[in-house]
Amino acid sequence: MARLITHYLTPLLIFFLLLIAWISLAYGSTSVSVFAGLSAWFNNEQTEAALIIGEIRLPRTLLALIVGAALGMSGAALQGLLRNPLAEPGLVGASQGAALGAATVFYYGVFASLGTLATAVAGLLGAMAALFFMLLLAGSGRPALVIMAGLAISTVAGAALAMVLNFAPNPYAMQELVFWLMGSVSNRGLDSLIILFPALIIGCALILSQRRLLAALSLGEPVAESMGFSVKKGSRITVLGAACLIGSSVSVAGTISFVGLLVPHMLRPFVGHRPDKLLIPAALLGAILVCLADIAVRGMPLGRELKLGVLTSLIGAPFFVWLVWKERKRWL
Amino acid sequence: MALITIDNLTVEQRLKKVSLELHRGELLGLIGANGAGKSTLLHAIAGLQKSTGNIKIDGNSINSIPPHERARTVGIQPQAVSSAWALTATDIVALGRMPWGDEDETAIERAIERAGISEFRDRIIDQLSGGERARVWLARVLAGEPQALLVDEPIASLDIHYQLAVMEVLKNYSRENNGVIVAIHDLSLAARFCDRLCLLDKGEMIALGTPAEVLTEALLSRAYGIPVDIDLERNPPVVLPK
Repeated sequence: MARLITHYLTPLLIFFLLLIAWISLAYGSTSVSVFAGLSAWFNNEQTEAALIIGEIRLPRTLLALIVGAALGMSGAALQGLLRNPLAEPGLVGASQGAALGAATVFYYGVFASLGTLATAVAGLLGAMAALFFMLLLAGSGRPALVIMAGLAISTVAGAALAMVLNFAPNPYAMQELVFWLMGSVSNRGLDSLIILFPALIIGCALILSQRRLLAALSLGEPVAESMGFSVKKGSRITVLGAACLIGSSVSVAGTISFVGLLVPHMLRPFVGHRPDKLLIPAALLGAILVCLADIAVRGMPLGRELKLGVLTSLIGAPFFVWLVWKERKRWL
Repeated sequence: MALITIDNLTVEQRLKKVSLELHRGELLGLIGANGAGKSTLLHAIAGLQKSTGNIKIDGNSINSIPPHERARTVGIQPQAVSSAWALTATDIVALGRMPWGDEDETAIERAIERAGISEFRDRIIDQLSGGERARVWLARVLAGEPQALLVDEPIASLDIHYQLAVMEVLKNYSRENNGVIVAIHDLSLAARFCDRLCLLDKGEMIALGTPAEVLTEALLSRAYGIPVDIDLERNPPVVLPK
């Protein structure tokens, strides 16, 4: 059975992704035919079905899929690069950096000339800066150091974010910011895809271009260097790709934690633990899980909306505890 | 022409003006006390360590050769290697094909055969013993089929049976028109298997030549600081501390 899954992993994941996407389009308080709605929307008809499917559920579904794919892929890439199973956008400080960047733009109109792109660019810069300082501080990929450096950078970014909140122009702005930080893919509209989709393509392309380096890095930096890789250059490209994915998804959907940690762990046994073969399945499973979590969030009773990011944290945090427990056995 | 020509190779604080040549078909042993500069020399030849002086491969300066091409010619197995992930032995050997950008089955099979690891090729690296792991690392670098093979203490964790087996593999590999440099602590095995020896002491090369020329009481007690018992006439030769 496990062998069968290994062999058909990618096609299987693609099948489940399409299935979940379909469920996500079909699921909601009003029952609408997905087919009818989609075709009406494509034909620019102003029916109720077209409005619900095309304007509400389609953007939400696509957004969940893209954000999930970005988080899954960036998690797999960071873990491979740092040779550390605990590396995750949220744990290495990248998400907090992106949130700080995007929040600053949100409220203080930095990069105003960039228009709607401004938050995404700021998110990207924030994620890049956070990753850069984390790597500088950690100095190597050693698990304990990466986590400590990530914690330090998260704390700094968190403090700065608290300051941004503190000086928010008005209480409503502050509330809006807090809700946005909790992570959600609802009510974002198709416009946000204009930023997210290219960022996903570029980020994935950058990371996939370095997949052989990630494989070589399994045996450590000296071996990778000796096999003709420029570890420094390749690491920069990978970090840039991860920052692109994390920055854009955080700037649109807020912080959705633990997806990047959970997904690579679930898949590793099925790809023979190879970091290069993990990337695309991680993107697919990331997309599936975030979309699934979003469906769950939508299923909550009205008026008590649970944010998507809160749900993934509730599921992911115990898993993180379990990982620490497992790691502990190696040391005690 | 020599396969590798090293001229006045210097690494700050670690190596002082080392000059030597590695020929095709030769197994060259690198000996010396801990901290003498053996690993540094191997790393510098492989381009992993910044150095001054000249290193030529087949007459071409190492700086003029693109990294991937250099990696196809010079393969190194550093001393302390571990796998970050639970890979199988075969997957680790396949990584040795990275410089070529392929997963050439015949080269991988040949390396597995040469290192004698076929019986546990599908096992996870974490589950192997130290000796089994050492041979997997050796198979990894052999899979790249480099003309110049540099190995840093490959037999340090092995029992006597596998010490001989690994030295045999290295010797045979050198006989296929390749050059091999091995850093080694066991002087008896160095005398038995190596064609020439290079003795390093505090970053300086104090002797280079046949085992009989290098393994003398005067040179060894200078390098190791203790008296040694040398009997190269015996078969196999014996070099032991007194």
